[in-house]
Amino acid sequence: MKKFVNRYKFFLVMVLVTIGLYIIDPIAGDKAVDTIGFSFKELLSVLPPIFVLLGLLDVWVPRETMVKYMGEGSGIKGILISIFLGSAAAGPLYGAFPLAGVFMKKGVKFSNVLIFIGAWSTTKIPMFLFELSALGTKFALTRLIASMIGIFVIGHLVDKAIKKDDVDEIYANAAQMNV
Amino acid sequence: MMQTIIFYALAIGLLTLSFFKDKQKTKKSLKKAVKALENMMPQFLGIIILVGVMLAVIDPDMISKLIGSSSGWYGTIVAALVGGVTLIPGFIAFPTAALLLQGGAGYMQVGAFVSSLMMVGVVTVPLETKYFGKKVTMARNILAFLYAFVVALIIGKVMGEL
Repeated sequence: MKKFVNRYKFFLVMVLVTIGLYIIDPIAGDKAVDTIGFSFKELLSVLPPIFVLLGLLDVWVPRETMVKYMGEGSGIKGILISIFLGSAAAGPLYGAFPLAGVFMKKGVKFSNVLIFIGAWSTTKIPMFLFELSALGTKFALTRLIASMIGIFVIGHLVDKAIKKDDVDEIYANAAQMNV
Repeated sequence: MMQTIIFYALAIGLLTLSFFKDKQKTKKSLKKAVKALENMMPQFLGIIILVGVMLAVIDPDMISKLIGSSSGWYGTIVAALVGGVTLIPGFIAFPTAALLLQGGAGYMQVGAFVSSLMMVGVVTVPLETKYFGKKVTMARNILAFLYAFVVALIIGKVMGEL
């Protein structure tokens, strides 16, 4: 029980905050509950297949294969695969982190992991279609192109700014993690 | 929606294939999947509620006043900050952005908002840190935040606001 409370501390505090909001301002409380319900449905619909694929990837795909396609020396092929996997993904950015963890565990090059995260965050195809209809072609296309460039700029700068020791530590941590 | 269906089809298909090839391995991978999901659940649930409460408290009228098209770089900074600290699902974010535009917000400001919304995640920093450590997480979020201004600048030029 104590362990549960400790792990779900953040969640429990947020539940109390929501109840507090409801008492102070029932209209805002209703709105919050609506949004939470919506996001929860999104979470439940999007996450299960991602985690099933993550489990299969971890068990079936050997490290050597991942290294070959996305590791050191995978060059432009590795970059393209990283962009493709990130852009084809569904779901919010926080779903990308566990996958990135498995990638690192399997020896995917750090800059490719960063590109994957970048692509997941900003160039998702269905999101783009959504943006197109909501904000117009000119706006959406300009932002897509600017973001594409940004993924590489940010990935490159982070890669350069972080010492090799720190990257090694992150990889060691990923290898130990329960996915 | 379409994509979710594709993901399910892919997951179920590969799982079936895996099951016929090796039952033990399939069991192991499912165990890993459940464990990884359970591992993340507390964070996921906390984030969802935090976002819901934030969206309920933040008033769109107030935002559009702060980031109107005449608000210039000041409004762009506000927009990027709001985008950075909130985490709004895309299907809410883009209609909201469209509403902001109708409410008088500028393209530059909306560009900064959308860009930092998607790339910067203050509420997910603890989760990101778990996988990437403090340094990478900070560096990535700060750079993504700064890049939102580059996007704003480019959009401002293209849309003829600058």
